[in-house]
Amino acid sequence: MLKRFETLITAGAAYLLMAGIAVAGTPHAAAPGGIKNPAHEWNIVWEEILWDLWIVGGIFAIVAIWLLVKFRAKSPDQVGSAPPLNLDKALAWALVPAALFMADDFLLAAKGWSLWNLQRTVPANAMEVKVTGNQWYFEYDYGNGVTDTDLTVPVGRPVVLRMTSNDVIHSFGLTEYRVKEDIMPGRITHIWFYPDKPVETAVVCVEFCGNSHSQMTNAVKAVPQADFDAWMAKKLEKKKPAAAAQPAAPAAAEPAKTQTP
Amino acid sequence: MTTATSTDFHDKSGSTLKEWIFTTDHKRVGVLYLVGAIAAFIVAGIMALGIRLEQMSPGESGLINYFVLDFAKTMPTGTAYNVALYFHGAAMILAFLIPALTGFAANYLVPLMIGAPDVAFPRINALSLWLFWAGILVALMTFFVTDKPDIMWTGYPPYSVTTTANTALYVFTVHLIGFSSILGAVNFLVTIIYMRAPGMGWDQMNIFVWTTFAAFMIQIVFVPVLASAVTLLLFDKYMGTGFFDPTRGGDVLLYQNLFWFYSHPAVYVIFLPAVGLLFDIIATQARNHVFNYKACVYGGIIGILAITGEVWIHHLYIAGMPDWLRIGMMVSTLLISVPVGLLLISLWGTMYKGAIHYNVSMWYAVVCLFLILVGGLTGIPLAITSMTVHLSETSFVHAHFHFIMGLMATFAVFSAVYHWFPKITGRSADSAIAKWALWIKVIGTQVTFWPLFIIGVQGMPRRYWDYAMFPQFETYHTIATAGAFLIAIGVILMVGGWVWSAFYGPKTDSNPWKSKSIEWTHAESPPGPGNFPKPVAVDPYWTPYNYIEWDHDKY
Ligand SMILES: [Cu+2]
Ligand SMILES: [Cu+2]
Repeated sequence: MLKRFETLITAGAAYLLMAGIAVAGTPHAAAPGGIKNPAHEWNIVWEEILWDLWIVGGIFAIVAIWLLVKFRAKSPDQVGSAPPLNLDKALAWALVPAALFMADDFLLAAKGWSLWNLQRTVPANAMEVKVTGNQWYFEYDYGNGVTDTDLTVPVGRPVVLRMTSNDVIHSFGLTEYRVKEDIMPGRITHIWFYPDKPVETAVVCVEFCGNSHSQMTNAVKAVPQADFDAWMAKKLEKKKPAAAAQPAAPAAAEPAKTQTP
Repeated sequence: MTTATSTDFHDKSGSTLKEWIFTTDHKRVGVLYLVGAIAAFIVAGIMALGIRLEQMSPGESGLINYFVLDFAKTMPTGTAYNVALYFHGAAMILAFLIPALTGFAANYLVPLMIGAPDVAFPRINALSLWLFWAGILVALMTFFVTDKPDIMWTGYPPYSVTTTANTALYVFTVHLIGFSSILGAVNFLVTIIYMRAPGMGWDQMNIFVWTTFAAFMIQIVFVPVLASAVTLLLFDKYMGTGFFDPTRGGDVLLYQNLFWFYSHPAVYVIFLPAVGLLFDIIATQARNHVFNYKACVYGGIIGILAITGEVWIHHLYIAGMPDWLRIGMMVSTLLISVPVGLLLISLWGTMYKGAIHYNVSMWYAVVCLFLILVGGLTGIPLAITSMTVHLSETSFVHAHFHFIMGLMATFAVFSAVYHWFPKITGRSADSAIAKWALWIKVIGTQVTFWPLFIIGVQGMPRRYWDYAMFPQFETYHTIATAGAFLIAIGVILMVGGWVWSAFYGPKTDSNPWKSKSIEWTHAESPPGPGNFPKPVAVDPYWTPYNYIEWDHDKY
């Protein structure tokens, strides 16, 4: 009877611990001022999850090695000698680990959820670009008549992409910004990202779409606002048929080329 | 229930080809499943070598067309690569893993483990086998038609509808193997429920019998959903319907939902029997009982069964599903760690105070313990929606599921072949070469898949034959390709060893592991028609893991 009581106490304590950890993992309020960059947050959560994995994996691996070495048979006829578990131990060995795993799950879920809220809440000042997937290229529509097959965006302003497909399913994979979402016919999906520094990177199609799937890529350029304005002006200029095309603003500093990621 | 006397319908135990083809004996059916599964494994493995060669460097290797028997190079490189990838995925899952576990292992072991003379419906069992072989033949037609399917094992529309390739071959392969699975499910559920030896309660069954029961529960519930999904695909492509065509009121995501409603649980159709085999192998080689049997069965196996139907959206995390649904299924997906954790604790605990006898089968099982950790833990970030928006569709995913399915489940099958080889053939397959084959494969698999984890986190997309935009990944791909060829060497040594051992291996006695499980204690090796010389009955305290007697009043 006393033993049963101990089991209940142990299991109860484990569940309290679980609840505590889950509360500790719930989202903090957004940092005051400035915009939180989901890509940076992704890197932070990733590091934390890796620790979690190394700890859990390490414990299991060390215990496995200990068991495998310690309990190797010393003679060909030796048999195991583990006594069966009585009910209390059996319950404890089920409920306590279950509580610990659930605690870890809720911790991870809380972290994941807060990042998810950030990833899915499009900032009000975001610049919108329409993306259309085709076999096998992306098309960008800036909403003012300007279209392109590379994506150029200004640094310092969130960008939201509203995406659909003309043919099969594609997926817009932006490794640099740690985000991707499928592009489908008959549906409009969205993602947003925050280009916080000048960079030239690439988008890749990451949903299988046929022969040239692995060549469906284009440049994604985050450029200073002034360069962006100049680029946009030039694009608008081209749309006017009779206008004399003059060299636009003096070439500004080239955006830093980085490799992905 | 011992009324089904096997001698009625399979007294033919000769070894002519006809007697093998028309067999209704569960043991022969099992062996024929294994032969078919290994054949599929080898062809799909050759495709893997082609895939790795193509990925070794960006740009065309010019080789992949030969792998899919397109010697005239009528197909562009990308399409030839996609055909190889389609066949590799579809064959490894539908024609190797599922048939090796629920075809070979279930057929050979379940009736023997529960003390039954055969399965409940031996002729339906033979029909299952024939359908499976027909499925393999239809799948192999991939290489002999001009419009080879290039739609991946997932067959997502609209691509699978708009492509000029032959989607019908895919659909018919799924139909045949799916029908085979449903018949198998009926057969084995009835067998396990009604044909256990007199006296054998549910809590006295081998863990492998439990996992087979769970796997077939999944098959009988979910396979029809997959069958309906691919059938609608067939209608859309060849009969002009518009189930998945948004311009005609259809929805492209309907297919993905139906497909993964089956195909996530299908992971457990593979995972559960694989772990069940490991339990029985480790318990036997450690001469020990299963640690916390009831938590393992009712928490672990039944727990997985309860959750497995509510998590499929984790395959659609980037497919534009509603935000709340993605979060809901993130939580249910993470909670899978509870039953899986209980299974692992029981598996680990089965070694506690055991007497572990090391042989090639046990070494495979030891490797599986490591593979299950890597494969399971790397699934955790993929369960988290916000992590997956970066990791999805990268080679991180590819490495993750290869660790759990391609490596852990496959090594569990290999372990089982070695463990029950003396039962099946009366000879031992353990040898120095068998151990060499194992360690070569261990090194090969790690060399292949760790680089893919690394470049996956850095953004290497899946299903890419060219990666000109990521030249920095070439070294990793080259290393991974070298690993694949090491695996191939290991596989050749292993399969060659099996064939040699089946004819010339050293003879063993009928219970070389001194096991307490019925297939070893009550049957000859190999067992004759009807399995048992005398009908089997067990007493209330019997379990397959009773290596020492305990005071039953105390426990
Ligand atoms: Cu694509
Ligand atoms: Cu899944």
